[in-house]
Amino acid sequence: MTVSALFLSRLQFVWVIAWHILLPALTVGLASYIAVLEGVSLVTHRDLYFRLSNFWTRIFAVSFGMGVVSGITMPFQIGTNWSRFSDATANVLSPLLAYEGLMAFFLEAAFLGVLLFGRKLVPPWAHFTAALLVAAGTLFSTFWILATNSWMQTPAGYQLINGRFFPKDWLQIVFSPSFPYRLAHTVVAFFITTAFVVLAVSAHHLRHNRFAEEGRTMMKMGLGLLTVLVPLQIVIGDLHGENTLRYQPAKLAAIEGHWVSGTQVPLILFALPDETAETNRASLEVHDLGSLILRHHANGFVKGLKDWPRDQRPPVAIPFFAFRTMVGLGSLMLALVVVSWWLRARGRLFTSSLFLRTCEWAAPIGFLAVLAGWFTTEVGRQPWTVYGLLRTADSVSPSLTTGNVALSLCGYVLAYVTMFWFGIRQMYRMALKGPAQPSSEPHPVEAGIPERPVHALPRTPPETPAIESRS
Amino acid sequence: MTDLTPDLVPLWTLLLALGILLYVLLDGFDLGVGILYGFAPDAASRTLVMNSIAPVWDGNETWLVLAGLALMAAFPLAFAILLPAMYFPIIVMLLALVFRGVAFEFRYKDAAHRTFWDYAFCYGSAVATFAQGIVVGAYIQGFKIDGRQFVGSSFDCFSLFSLFTGVALLFGYGLLGTGWLILKTEGTLQDWARHMGRRCLVGVAIALVVVSLWTPATDAAIARRWFSLPDLPLLAPIPVITALLVMWEWRSLGKRSSEVAPFVTAVGIFVLTYAGIAISLWPMIVPHRYSLWEAASSTSTQVFLLVGTVFLLPIIFMYTAWSYWVFRGKVRAEIGYEGHLT
Repeated sequence: MTVSALFLSRLQFVWVIAWHILLPALTVGLASYIAVLEGVSLVTHRDLYFRLSNFWTRIFAVSFGMGVVSGITMPFQIGTNWSRFSDATANVLSPLLAYEGLMAFFLEAAFLGVLLFGRKLVPPWAHFTAALLVAAGTLFSTFWILATNSWMQTPAGYQLINGRFFPKDWLQIVFSPSFPYRLAHTVVAFFITTAFVVLAVSAHHLRHNRFAEEGRTMMKMGLGLLTVLVPLQIVIGDLHGENTLRYQPAKLAAIEGHWVSGTQVPLILFALPDETAETNRASLEVHDLGSLILRHHANGFVKGLKDWPRDQRPPVAIPFFAFRTMVGLGSLMLALVVVSWWLRARGRLFTSSLFLRTCEWAAPIGFLAVLAGWFTTEVGRQPWTVYGLLRTADSVSPSLTTGNVALSLCGYVLAYVTMFWFGIRQMYRMALKGPAQPSSEPHPVEAGIPERPVHALPRTPPETPAIESRS
Repeated sequence: MTDLTPDLVPLWTLLLALGILLYVLLDGFDLGVGILYGFAPDAASRTLVMNSIAPVWDGNETWLVLAGLALMAAFPLAFAILLPAMYFPIIVMLLALVFRGVAFEFRYKDAAHRTFWDYAFCYGSAVATFAQGIVVGAYIQGFKIDGRQFVGSSFDCFSLFSLFTGVALLFGYGLLGTGWLILKTEGTLQDWARHMGRRCLVGVAIALVVVSLWTPATDAAIARRWFSLPDLPLLAPIPVITALLVMWEWRSLGKRSSEVAPFVTAVGIFVLTYAGIAISLWPMIVPHRYSLWEAASSTSTQVFLLVGTVFLLPIIFMYTAWSYWVFRGKVRAEIGYEGHLT
């Protein structure tokens, strides 16, 4: 692809959203984890869960703050770089995006302050309720964003007048055909991502013989959740794939690397797709398994890429490899869970140095799988922004030149590298420090949502005497 | 649109106008404080200046997102034209806001690089403000449009006029910022804020006069709106009251006993200026081209969003008011805010 305003606008969107998605991938799961910890602490009155909740709330605050700041640029980018898309789809999509913004603001405004700074101000049950509502809020945000994305993938409930989409049935718009699968697949992925982060942190502290009680509890909770969710995610992923086969067959053909239609199609484990020759090189395949997985019998018919004109096919290599990366990471996750049960049966779960080290290295596995999945589904949607109806090439703002977008992309790169460098370093340090803080209050000024009701000032005294107070 | 469907455009116009005004006033004062931060005399007062906006700045910024989303949802045609037309000012503003937000956090966290983050905070605030001023100027001047899209150059928005409004807004937000600092500080720091306030006010007064003469001189429609006979006596009070407010502001900045008046008067000047711009352009939302009604989204879209908005917005208002109430009073360096609540 040539470097054009269109290409660079896409690159800019990828840059911004790929960084941004890492934050909800952590905050959505952490919010629910904190709610669980608060609930358990409320019932058992054990200080352990209290400490754990405070520990993760501190990290949550940084992550949430970065999520808000990096999210602010998103809706504006749809206008600046994708004005024709905005004009065509705003009647349908803008309320969904607006609801996401309103609910995020609502959640942030009403309950996050209580969660972060209200420990001493409200009774424990109210603090638990705040945690629960923050968790619900993050899920609502996920709901609306994925409703928007799903409508772009599998549009429904609209009518098309002069090239612009108008709402006909809001229920169909919000619950478009791919939405339930996408929502389930994404939320479970976010939970898994968080569970691996919790697991890695616990493994680190166990390996260094610190916070033994906290470490064991976190590890058991993390592995318990993964034991349920990793197999579940494989089932949901399969259902999501079938949904894609039904509504976005060209995307699925690219994912599978199928060029030719037919029955008894193979499952291609590995290949180098060649888009000009319309075939795969160095292909490693299993006979009939493709039909078996997709159609659940060996004679199932699967459509190949050649059945679409070239200008209606997605690029093949990116979805093909991104999908394999995602599945590969999923298999590693499953292997880790199986090994953990084997170790647990032998009573060596908390002592096997090799296992603990592996868990530490697995910290980013969920993030990588989320990104791989995101690349699979978004690149697989090409060449459309609204699947089958509005081309990406017809979505970009007509006024932009290549130089314009190159310049703005540089700005985005600089700003996001700075923000994520310092933000991730901050969270990393907090995680390494562990749940030691004896105080039940988080440190002031933690993140984008700093010092709500209490603690507006740093605890360290200022360098020079303060101006005398009159009151 | 049939006669049976309600016309929600006036209501959404009001909501959008309110959202933008709230953003301008709220983030205006904390951006102003950010700019003034760079001029603060010493480290101790810089900390106080920073702390005066610490509890509220992020909430203020979120109104930008809500206003942007309201524009997109209620007037999508305007959204699709205005954003690419002001490509660079908008992106520079957003990135400056991001940078400033990050600087705010890491100024506390990352003591080793405090000076870098100090600069990032001050320049981030100034750049975001300047970019917003350019947006205002470019908006008043209008854009090159073909059909439903902006077709000019991404650099069209940079004109002598828009650069002037960019500088003007630096003084404007500076004025709001000094008003806020007078409210929140005492003693020598407050005296310093009063001194800076008068400097900003001079800039604001000059800017108001120049813009009030420049726009009718270059735009016939705006000249007709303000100087044609039936409207002239009706609209005349706006510039007159603005002038009176500017004089009142000068007086109250110099009077130590008036601590609330400088901020309230600065807000008044902003509200009237905002109303002046709205009157100049009414009923167009894309100047010279599309009216509010022409740019509006479908009634179904507006109804669907309104249902949730009427429920969520009042709660957001209440919480915002409450958080300002919690953090009322002077900022002092030696104690935190626990005293208010425990």
